[in-house]
Amino acid sequence: MNIKSQKDFFSGLMFTAVGVGFAWGAANYNVGNGARMGPGYFPLMLGIVLALLGGLIMFKALVVETEDGEKIGKWAWKPLVYIISANLLFGIMIGGLPSIGLPPMGLVAGIFALTIIASLAGETFKLKEVLVLAAVLAVGSYLAFVMLLKLQFPVWPTFIVG
Amino acid sequence: MMDLINNLSLGFGVAFTAQNLMYAFVGCLLGTLIGVLPGVGPIATIAMLLPATYALPPVAALIMLAGIYYGAQYGGSTTAILVNLPGESSSVVTVIDGYQMARQGRAGPALAAAGIGSFFAGCVGTLILAAFAAPLTEVAFKFGPAEYFSLMVLGLIGAVVLASGSLLKAVAMIVLGLLLGLVGTDVNSGVARFSFDIPELTDGIGFITIAMGVFGYGEIIANLSHSEDKREVFTGKVKNIYPTARDLKLMFPAILRGTTIGSILGILPGGGALLAAFAAYTIEKKTKLKPGEVPFGKGNIRGVAAPESANNAGSQTSFIPLLTLGIPPNAVMALMVGAMTIHNIQPGPQVMTSNPELFWGLIASMWIGNLMLIVLNLPLIGMWIKLLTVPYRWLFPSIVLFCAIGVYSTNNNTFDIWMVAIFGVIGYGFIKLGVEPAPLLLGFILGPMMEENLRRALLLSRGDWSVLVTRPLSAGLLAAAALLLVIVMLPAIKNKREEAFVED
Repeated sequence: MNIKSQKDFFSGLMFTAVGVGFAWGAANYNVGNGARMGPGYFPLMLGIVLALLGGLIMFKALVVETEDGEKIGKWAWKPLVYIISANLLFGIMIGGLPSIGLPPMGLVAGIFALTIIASLAGETFKLKEVLVLAAVLAVGSYLAFVMLLKLQFPVWPTFIVG
Repeated sequence: MMDLINNLSLGFGVAFTAQNLMYAFVGCLLGTLIGVLPGVGPIATIAMLLPATYALPPVAALIMLAGIYYGAQYGGSTTAILVNLPGESSSVVTVIDGYQMARQGRAGPALAAAGIGSFFAGCVGTLILAAFAAPLTEVAFKFGPAEYFSLMVLGLIGAVVLASGSLLKAVAMIVLGLLLGLVGTDVNSGVARFSFDIPELTDGIGFITIAMGVFGYGEIIANLSHSEDKREVFTGKVKNIYPTARDLKLMFPAILRGTTIGSILGILPGGGALLAAFAAYTIEKKTKLKPGEVPFGKGNIRGVAAPESANNAGSQTSFIPLLTLGIPPNAVMALMVGAMTIHNIQPGPQVMTSNPELFWGLIASMWIGNLMLIVLNLPLIGMWIKLLTVPYRWLFPSIVLFCAIGVYSTNNNTFDIWMVAIFGVIGYGFIKLGVEPAPLLLGFILGPMMEENLRRALLLSRGDWSVLVTRPLSAGLLAAAALLLVIVMLPAIKNKREEAFVED
């Protein structure tokens, strides 16, 4: 059997998998009955509904003709990996990684790390330009978020300011 | 009538304090900014700024966030007209005629038509909001849990029926959103559901992390995967912004029609700016062309005036269901629910009586905001045009940074940063699979409310599900929801609906 719409088929598959997952998890909680709904009642119901909807979407994707097969297309790995790692690195800079003994490096280091890594996701990368951008963002964020809005951030590495 | 005047004067009293004027201005400015910049939407921006409003008094916070939403509708038209890109999703149809006008050297009148139309629509929308709020609130007090449950069903069904794309996938996204909304401690039993023994998850998934991951990161990644198109920006050509007498004669009826359609569609569940703009443009295309008028798609000023009026009217009136019933009709309003809860205000009919200064102050600020916006957008248009020349390679790292800072500062916890990374990947996956994320956010906000109301309704009826259809109000709401579903399933309507969202 041919998949007539790749996008629909895999989104249906995702919905079914997630629905089954939620329903299975909900069944471990006390389900109760209508008059006394337990914590599992509503999620169990919704999980089953979601799984059925997913099944319906998959069925449609196998039956209904589409013009171009609605291919998912290539994944943009480069932006995906760089943007997400920029975000993760920022988190590590702010919070540190206690498991390997890395101390928090603070907001300024975090902004530089994030800007450089995120910029790698674009088509062109000019280090000088990116460093200027990072510096501008660091000063701007310090003024706006730390000075003006008084948000709580470690600004400098903890091993320097203690 | 006297009540209305008293209420509005209370509202203007609140809105005209120096502090609130400033926050209205900041909101409008930011709104225009993100409206002008393609690729940043109001959902991600409001989510980014929510943490920054913690320290503000609730009125100021809501005034600013509301300003971002309707400000974005103004700014979006600038980009649509000058760059042939919708700066904002609700400006998608403005692109069609607006860009053609710019190519003919008439960018100025197009911008003026959008600005004047938006201002007029904003004023009318605000008045409607003020007039309808009190009577609707009366109705809302008659609602029991069964009615609320049915109302939410109607709201969610309405949201998908009126949205573009596959109906089935949109319904599935709502259910997925409802489920994600249930993660965390169950208020009734104290059981931590689906939290995998992670302490942070027992408080539930933060809606800011979902909104930013899916709408912020997901879209940046998708944008970066297309190579940057050559953009043609008509920067030097905006000299004369004044429309001719003939332009004015053509655009006023269009503005009136657009405002009417927008106001009505904004109130409906699932409505709001985007749908209003589509509907207004379709109706303009159906009305007969005057002799000598430029056809649609070739730079007709009505094709700019009507959708721009409609999207602004719709964005104002979509506050009605939120402020009176506590039910968000679209994803932006869902974020406003979050904003209100952060400030310990339970959205619903009681807001008007318990926080009158907040309620009327917000409404009055919208009128002031519209006035600020027309000043920001017409005389200062040159500034926004400059902004359009900022390359995306500077823009997207900044957006990533503001998302990360915003997420971290919600709880001062890096856990939220890990969560937003996960939702960023999920959001990109949604885009690849062609499922729209907006219904997910709506379901996410309504999930816990729906469960609670269903639980109470069934508790009162001793587990008898028929309570949902034996109470007349509740039955009426469910019938309306069923009717909506049946209507869109009809083959004739189904084709029309798909047509309406695929504009040529």
